[in-house]
Amino acid sequence: MIEQSPKTTGSRRREQTRAADEARLRQQAIGVRLRQLFDEVVNEPVPDDFLEILRRADDSSKGGAR
Amino acid sequence: MSERRELTKQEEAIFKKELVQLIPHLRAFARTLAGDAAAADDLAQDAMMKAWDARGSFQLGTNMKAWTFMILRNQFYSEKRRSWRQTQLDQEAAERTLLAVDDPEAPIVLDEMRLALHQLPAEQREALILVGAGGFAYEEAADICGCAVGTVKSRVSRARRALQSILTDGSYERDGAPAGDAMRSILDHAERLSGVR
Repeated sequence: MIEQSPKTTGSRRREQTRAADEARLRQQAIGVRLRQLFDEVVNEPVPDDFLEILRRADDSSKGGAR
Repeated sequence: MSERRELTKQEEAIFKKELVQLIPHLRAFARTLAGDAAAADDLAQDAMMKAWDARGSFQLGTNMKAWTFMILRNQFYSEKRRSWRQTQLDQEAAERTLLAVDDPEAPIVLDEMRLALHQLPAEQREALILVGAGGFAYEEAADICGCAVGTVKSRVSRARRALQSILTDGSYERDGAPAGDAMRSILDHAERLSGVR
């Protein structure tokens, strides 16, 4: 069976392997890009008002609660 | 489960420190949900304050990142339900912002990626972001989204396939021109960045 068309089978397998490699490469590249997109925001300096709001809430819970 | 208790001063300090460290991640996640940067920061601030107010029901030592992401996500969807019309307008504003790119090289590719991401159904996009960029395990992402682990897995794989085809075939248009080269430049960029093979 296999000997009937070794060349065709072999080249088809190579073709499939190549396609799978290509797909994997693309997915890896997409992954890199996706993380970069996310990390770009993570690495931005946090705007002051975040910490300011939290500090105010903390103060009022300390002062107000008891 | 939802037992609330008063935190000691020390516990409160630990909680606050961890919460502050999570702010950049909350901002990044909010940006992927809301698109528009200003709306995203509002969302992240609301989520941060909700988390702070609910500190008594957080189990210290468990995954605070997943917990805050869940709060942020719930906040986003409850606001969206309240004002879907507003959300639609925000979306248009976001798209205008995304198209306004000054730097001629790498940011354009990022931009293609953002546009492609926003073409995905919301539940696929968030699953992919959580697992592919947020560093969450499938189980954690399932907790955050309130769905089964298998559902997250299938959403992530469908999202990956869809992204690849959008970026490869340019199934979306930009200024009338198909963005067919997006995948090519993303591949080139990945190679330059880290020698991915």
